[in-house]
Amino acid sequence: MRIGSFMAVLPRAVAKAAIWSLALLLPLGGAVASPDIQHWKTGNGGRVYFVAAPQLPMVDVRVVFDAGSARDGELPGLASMTNGLLDAAAGKLDEEAIAERLEGLGAQLGSAALRDMAMVSLRTLSAPEYLDPALEIMSAILARPGFPEKIFQRERKQMLIGLQAEQQSPSAIARKAFYRAIYGEHPYAIPGSGTEESLQAMQRSDLARFHERYYVAANGVVAIVGDLSRQQAERLAERLMTGLPEGEPAPPLPKVKPLARAVERKIPFPSSQTHILVGQPGMTRTDPDYLPLYVGNHILGGSGFGSRIMAEIREKRGLAYSAYSFFRPMRRKGPFQIGLQTRNDKADEAQRVLRETLQGFIEQGPTAAELEAAKKNITGGFPLRIDSNRDILEYIAMIGFYNLPLDYLESFNRRVEAVTLEQIRDAFRRRVDPKRMATVTVGGGE
Amino acid sequence: MQHAKLLPALLLWALFTAAPALAQVHEFRLDNGLKVLVKEDHRAPVVVSQIWYKVGSSYEHDGITGVSHVLEHMMFKGTARHGPGEFSRIIAENGGEENAFTGRDYTAYFQQLERSRLEVSFEMEADRMRNLLLPEEEFAREVKVVMEERRMRTEDRPESLTYEQLNAAAFVNSPYHHPIIGWMEDLESLEIADLAAWYRRWYAPNNATLVVVGDVEPRQVRELAEKHFGPIPPSELKPPKPRAEIRQRGERRVVVRAPAELPYLLMGYKVPVLKTAAEEWEPYALEVLAGVLDGGDSARLARNLVRKRQLAASAGAGYNLYSMRQDLFLLDGTPARGHSAAELEKALREEIERLKREPVSSAELARIKAQVVAGKTYEQDSIFYQAMQMGTLETVGLGWQRMDEYSDRVLAITAEQLQKVARKYLVDERLTVARLEPLPLENGNGGKGQGGEQHEDR
Repeated sequence: MRIGSFMAVLPRAVAKAAIWSLALLLPLGGAVASPDIQHWKTGNGGRVYFVAAPQLPMVDVRVVFDAGSARDGELPGLASMTNGLLDAAAGKLDEEAIAERLEGLGAQLGSAALRDMAMVSLRTLSAPEYLDPALEIMSAILARPGFPEKIFQRERKQMLIGLQAEQQSPSAIARKAFYRAIYGEHPYAIPGSGTEESLQAMQRSDLARFHERYYVAANGVVAIVGDLSRQQAERLAERLMTGLPEGEPAPPLPKVKPLARAVERKIPFPSSQTHILVGQPGMTRTDPDYLPLYVGNHILGGSGFGSRIMAEIREKRGLAYSAYSFFRPMRRKGPFQIGLQTRNDKADEAQRVLRETLQGFIEQGPTAAELEAAKKNITGGFPLRIDSNRDILEYIAMIGFYNLPLDYLESFNRRVEAVTLEQIRDAFRRRVDPKRMATVTVGGGE
Repeated sequence: MQHAKLLPALLLWALFTAAPALAQVHEFRLDNGLKVLVKEDHRAPVVVSQIWYKVGSSYEHDGITGVSHVLEHMMFKGTARHGPGEFSRIIAENGGEENAFTGRDYTAYFQQLERSRLEVSFEMEADRMRNLLLPEEEFAREVKVVMEERRMRTEDRPESLTYEQLNAAAFVNSPYHHPIIGWMEDLESLEIADLAAWYRRWYAPNNATLVVVGDVEPRQVRELAEKHFGPIPPSELKPPKPRAEIRQRGERRVVVRAPAELPYLLMGYKVPVLKTAAEEWEPYALEVLAGVLDGGDSARLARNLVRKRQLAASAGAGYNLYSMRQDLFLLDGTPARGHSAAELEKALREEIERLKREPVSSAELARIKAQVVAGKTYEQDSIFYQAMQMGTLETVGLGWQRMDEYSDRVLAITAEQLQKVARKYLVDERLTVARLEPLPLENGNGGKGQGGEQHEDR
């Protein structure tokens, strides 16, 4: 529903969560106790991550598969279509029965396909009369989706409309062009929402095949946070995964090649603003330079007000409402992206300021005072990042999916504290090349 | 099937009585009139602090629209004690998150911090409640930022433009007529003196509510509040004029032509809200009605218009019972390929007529109520959300206690009451319809997608 998107309120700045993706949420650890993450495998090889949270009578569970759009192959949109149609029929239940039963229990089912991962999430009350029937439906959705032909045809039309909606949004146009520019032939270039041709070419059987290959236990991770004992959590994970074959993990994705040279894409669009995206392939989730790049970017443009890009673009010049930079760490190198949007006649000036800011940061690196402030912000904010079941669920799903060590959260503050000015300067010089950036602009007006 | 559906309804009561005891809200008022609400939540060592002012776009008049929101931006531009941007720097250094937001009926500032840092937030909020400097050169830049914000949120989004036009047509003299961000023309002529006057008029302890939720002791919060906010003298407040919307005398229709790919339809019926309702149950009935239409995948719009008849690519309904003034019960949608906005409008009207004609089934009602009951537990997972609810209710003048009443009131609504409010309020005399008619996106972007052609440049 769009009504909710008309912002009943206007925030002073885009919430950071809107810029940072799920995979970018920042784990921090320090004086405050980190959640006790328990880990085991289901009988058929699914990896499970569990945090007991007995304070509220509810359970959050998420199952993540390596089944994102990077696995689309020749059919862009396949991962998204498959994920979106899991609840269109499952076992003996049709889509109406699934929706009615879950909503009648007050349960909330969600699903999403990103580039690396595809997931299904459930939030439910923990009393068995709610939890048990909700889980039964979720496990059927995971293991026995029917992908009925009629619903497939309907959903194809929906996705085609979705493509049209993207075409009227300068920010969506820019994002797609940006990924294409920095990833070229790599699967990360594939638009998760598909293309007109691929959606027209797709068959119901493609979905079934995709599901059979990737929605398997060895390719999945279960994350659970809630009012359960370890024993109950073990039973829950078994029930969810038991219908899935063991299968095999998805094969490794190809490595991302660096851009050979600077790339510029100018896309005219009848908007009052020009959307500008600048960047290149960045870093992986397990990157050896992860911490210096992360802490450095916090100072460059990752922390909103006070970061260099925000200061130069918005606070000093009033050029944009939102201006930022981020690294999106993924299985392979996710993007390093700088972005803003400004009135058309200021686009050149804004681009020049962005370049100078980036260049200056790479040449000189942060100041000692900036690094000190960034460390205080990152480490001091640790308790905020894990103050709800929902936050903890996101973290453990991420830790599990990317195979990060179990003490990742606990050790994070310590590792942030250890980052030096020289490490940041060195990492940015080696890893960010301002001469080989992709620049995408969408706008220019009538 | 029928039995299976009834089951959760039967379980409702059992769960409701077994739900965890709701933490008590501590309420007190300082001598200068500042209202303070504290709710303990000891799950994590964190605290959220929000200060809510009774001012927002619905307090504004023609010519200065958007002034509340621009002033909110300027609240970060310094006092004698703290230079521009320093609030943000200090909060960041304390590991905090901060932001602010402006609505029609409120303006609020918040910080989220580790529990021991609460005083940092109080010290700065107390300072900027009275000592804002409003430097001219900062204003000159910030108002440009707000214009960029307006371009991003509204000018370049055809559906947002349509929503803005719907409100402008539906409300003639009510201040809900104008957008929160203000008209571009008004932003262009806004002056620092307008902001200064607005600040002096509304930023006072007796026009504010401080809401604190988290791992805190109410006694300690009170001491800190006394220490920092206590010395601020109250202002003499002149309440805004009533400006109750004049009676609508027939359906209104608006067409918006803008570059777009997809048509879009919005319908708004003028309905009472808790603050204005003569019958207190009516807003709760309208709330449930919105749920019947759009409370999940099993609700009517998704089921009938999107899935069964496939007339709509998307369709929704929305209603805010906590608005301060008479508001709209909204329906919206995008037609499916091969269908027109007119067909979609007809189908939405048929759904409205059905609500008047037939009582909502007990199974549907039970599903909505089950979601409300479960939602009461889920919402406790977010201390920010809890603070938002208390702040909103207090600031629009309903009182935070309504938060705890909500589920009881919703559970008490009957099918007969739903039919009554549908018949009384969802009628043409109260309706405004806005339709987006796409103009071609001919400049670049390779033209229309209808032809099935794929363009490299998207």
